[in-house]
Amino acid sequence: MKNDDKRKVVIGVTGLNAIDSPGPGVAVIRAIRECKDFDARIIGLSYESLEPGLYMHDLVDKTYQIPYPSAGTDSLLGRLQYIHEKENLNVIIPNFDAELFNFIKLRNVLKKMGIATFMPDIEQFEARDKIKLFEFGKKYDFFVPKDRVIHEFRELASLEAEFEYPMVIKGKFYDAIIANNMDQVEKAYYKILSKWGLPIIVQEFIKGTEINIAALGDGEGNAISVIPMRKLYITEKGKAWAGITLDDENFITLAQKFISATKWRGGCELEVMLSNKGKPYIMEVNPRFPAWIYLTAAAGQNQPASLVKMALGEKPEPFTEYEVGKIFVRYAWDLITDIREFQKISGNGEL
Amino acid sequence: MKVRKNIATSEEGFLFNPATGDSFSTNSIGAEILQLLKSDMPAMQIVEKICEKYDVDKSLFERDLEEFTLQLKDYNILE
Repeated sequence: MKNDDKRKVVIGVTGLNAIDSPGPGVAVIRAIRECKDFDARIIGLSYESLEPGLYMHDLVDKTYQIPYPSAGTDSLLGRLQYIHEKENLNVIIPNFDAELFNFIKLRNVLKKMGIATFMPDIEQFEARDKIKLFEFGKKYDFFVPKDRVIHEFRELASLEAEFEYPMVIKGKFYDAIIANNMDQVEKAYYKILSKWGLPIIVQEFIKGTEINIAALGDGEGNAISVIPMRKLYITEKGKAWAGITLDDENFITLAQKFISATKWRGGCELEVMLSNKGKPYIMEVNPRFPAWIYLTAAAGQNQPASLVKMALGEKPEPFTEYEVGKIFVRYAWDLITDIREFQKISGNGEL
Repeated sequence: MKVRKNIATSEEGFLFNPATGDSFSTNSIGAEILQLLKSDMPAMQIVEKICEKYDVDKSLFERDLEEFTLQLKDYNILE
């Protein structure tokens, strides 16, 4: 097929912060660009002027700044209407936990505007929230660590009666600190409080091997793709710097069960701890693609491209094969740009 | 004493467990023993074969083989 014959699709993508704790946007775009079924024009949607993806012109055709999630849905909608007038967007793929709520709220309005999305609905999104993970596990019969949601400092004193050390202290969106005594619990509480606010989640520590699973659900209970990965190299922030695809039917079945039980629509990442006794504990469910999502395309299951297809109304067949032992190694690269570029995005909000 | 079915091995002594993502390297004699283990050869026969081929004390090699296979079991390479 000649390039001109391909379907042209304009796709807005957030999460262009390919930094040390990266957003998934650049990896999502890289995977979409590799799909030969459509000709994508990529519109970056950024929050900050120094998100590296903005300056990657071979991946991103044009970028617009959008308001922070805290500005609310009206503000976001206003900006998206402006961008849509200019770009005629077909699909938007939001990639941040913190922005998803607003995008989900706007889903129907966007649809009327002609912009497709493929996200979980608000009930699915909230059910897997860290704050409700224990209930979620009980409801669907998954192993999940015991936890307690903390709303004020004085509640910490009673933790020792319920949990053994070490405990895991987690922020509502990001961050987890392992605490070995009450002094460390209190320090972790304040550190996470200052960054992410309340509530704070205290979780039972599960010893074992961490496995991450990238999965894509069609919203009707079918898993279109499941790729399990083990981190081979972890940064100080706990992010994968290298990882490898695994061949273990148990992880595939776990993700399929999750998608079937929740009728998950869109991409997600299951963070699983395989305990030393062989029980797979779901530690967290991230309601969007992980930053290592390009590995799914490299291993033969292009999840971002499949999501675009489903957003456009196609029904792709579930993948059945992938390459085991496929490795990614992340790297840092000093991208050189010019003050004029920086001025455009910070002054005009467009690049 | 069987090498798990899914374990990938190379003649150079590189092992990969696709279920866990673990990989290991052995020296050349380890690689040779692994190939014999992969062919389901019993330990006694491996001892005979290696002692025939190399100048090694039999009881010493038996101990080394036991230690090696225990390590392989520990790493989930052997069933």
